[in-house]
Amino acid sequence: MNYATQHTAHSPAKLPGWRASILFLVLLAGLFGLLGRTIYLQGINNDFLQQKGDARYSRVIEVSAHRGMISDRNGEVLAVSTPVQSVWASPADVTLTPAQNKQLASVLGLNENALRTQLADSSRDFVYLKRQISPDDAGRVMRLNVPGVSLQAEYRRYYPTGEVAAQLLGFTGQDDNGQEGLELGAQAQLGGQAGSQRVIKDRRGHIVEDVASLSAPKAGADVQLSIDSKIQYLAYRELQAAVQKQQAKAGAVVVLDARTGEVLALANYPSYNPNNRAKVSPAAMRNRAVADLFEPGSTLKPFTVATALELGKVQADTVINTEHGAFMVGGKKIHDTHPEASLTVSQVIQKSSNVGAAKMALMLEPKVLWQSLSDSGFGERTGSNFPGEASGKLRDAKTWRPIEQATMAYGHGISVSLLQLARAYTIFTEHGELQSVSLLKLDAPSVGKKVWSDKTVAEMRTMLESVVMPGGTAPLAQVAGYRVAGKTGTAHKLANGKYVDKYVASFVGFAPVSHPRIIVAVMIDEPNNGQYYGGIVAAPVFSQVAGQTLRELNVPNDAPLNNVIAPPAEVVKEEV
Amino acid sequence: MRFSGNLFNALLLLLVVLLALSLVTSQHQARKTLQLLQQEKQHALQMEVEWGQLQLEQSTWAAPARVEKIAAQYLQMQRPKSGEVQFIQPK
Repeated sequence: MNYATQHTAHSPAKLPGWRASILFLVLLAGLFGLLGRTIYLQGINNDFLQQKGDARYSRVIEVSAHRGMISDRNGEVLAVSTPVQSVWASPADVTLTPAQNKQLASVLGLNENALRTQLADSSRDFVYLKRQISPDDAGRVMRLNVPGVSLQAEYRRYYPTGEVAAQLLGFTGQDDNGQEGLELGAQAQLGGQAGSQRVIKDRRGHIVEDVASLSAPKAGADVQLSIDSKIQYLAYRELQAAVQKQQAKAGAVVVLDARTGEVLALANYPSYNPNNRAKVSPAAMRNRAVADLFEPGSTLKPFTVATALELGKVQADTVINTEHGAFMVGGKKIHDTHPEASLTVSQVIQKSSNVGAAKMALMLEPKVLWQSLSDSGFGERTGSNFPGEASGKLRDAKTWRPIEQATMAYGHGISVSLLQLARAYTIFTEHGELQSVSLLKLDAPSVGKKVWSDKTVAEMRTMLESVVMPGGTAPLAQVAGYRVAGKTGTAHKLANGKYVDKYVASFVGFAPVSHPRIIVAVMIDEPNNGQYYGGIVAAPVFSQVAGQTLRELNVPNDAPLNNVIAPPAEVVKEEV
Repeated sequence: MRFSGNLFNALLLLLVVLLALSLVTSQHQARKTLQLLQQEKQHALQMEVEWGQLQLEQSTWAAPARVEKIAAQYLQMQRPKSGEVQFIQPK
């Protein structure tokens, strides 16, 4: 049959009109069906579907931000974060042959049996096998190819200087946040903030599109300290040697830049290794120079004498009746172990006479003495912003009884930190200004507060220099090639409100006297090797630290190299 | 009129096809470039990590305690004693 011919035979073909109408309706229904579906998918059910779609290819990834670095004033690294790997396992997914178990245990340095028991506990989803291992070890773990064992990147903080600056820098916790010391104090600058980002990933895990940044990562800023790592090291080394030699309980050394108040070194002993804190006692972690208070003893006398000088109550050569070493105030006896009938004001400092200092204190109004101690920075924080810094105790002058005023003159009944004491001596250096202490490197020279007139400051410097001369309490503090000045201190310790036969020996001084560059404060807690005088225990540490620091800083000599003149046997024992 | 209308439609169709193709290529290009960017970012991160490690290594090797120990033990050097160093003022 031929359709073509049939077609032409019935041409033109006439179809019934209803067929077209039905077809039109069917198409229309189809169109509406599609439209309805579109509205359903794109409008009503959109959220659900979008969510499902996102779940398949859209991922939120964390953009890590690492913690800032701590460096010294010359850019030497003191603390830095570097990524390490932690090995974790999901015990339910782990299938381990005994041979693999053995290999894994040896790579991780774990006990084989302990590892097996850990992995047998299938009730847990997540267990750390070992935290913070080196990238090399992590690579070896991954090459074992054990199912269910994975790596997780973490940051770990390293301290290349080890125990030398441990208490100063402090440390961070597992999450890389500061917990102690400057790590805690400068957390706001150092801490990084991880950001997150929404991306689209393909089947192989490659990022194919950056959708949106949910929060921008903020990297931690680097912090540059005022510390000089070489001076820090030599201070620590000398302190360690002295504490061990004196069989002392502890010790601390502070080195300040006399012109700016920057801390060049701040060392404590005993110390600990911050890179391995497995067995560290809380006592070793304490920054004694900043957080511990002690009664300073005679290192406070210069402040009493300077007040009396400034007010014109005495002159440097005024003779004071020192009562043959025994002086009664309010029913209590103040005594000198080197009794003298009389001493000049200058000799009171040189030989550290308690009676002389007490008499000068009693010439002053309590309020005046209080004011000058307060102006010297006692009883207030030093400005170092170190966490846990002690402000010390300087009681209100209204509550002083005469005996308290007298003992205050030679540093009893007042408590200070070593950093405070070092800072207070800035008022005796060249410009006589009390500087704020800074642990961060300063860009601009700081402005201090002038406490005494230039004349008083110059007289005090001469008196303090006589302390290290023959006939003074600290000839052992002398440094070859430099003129130095300072004051010894030896104080009984308080236990349950009573003075006991335990001592704190100290020495605070500055050098070179012609143009003071550094202040060094040394404190030795409970020396136990027969000697406890500041002039014998602490002064040699000052001499070593000051001498080496001056050479390190290339300070020109202001004295001939053969200026050390006292035979050590002639040390005048100071009053306690 | 009718002829030019058809031609116009054909041109538009061609344009649509071309644009569609260029969209596909540029999308592809964008993804490739993004991948490169990701790689470079990863690289930068790695370099930063390595820099930190090298700095750490440097300061560990150059730690004064270590330098002093080596100088004293292997090179038989000693610190100058007090009074053995003199500073000279240049004229």
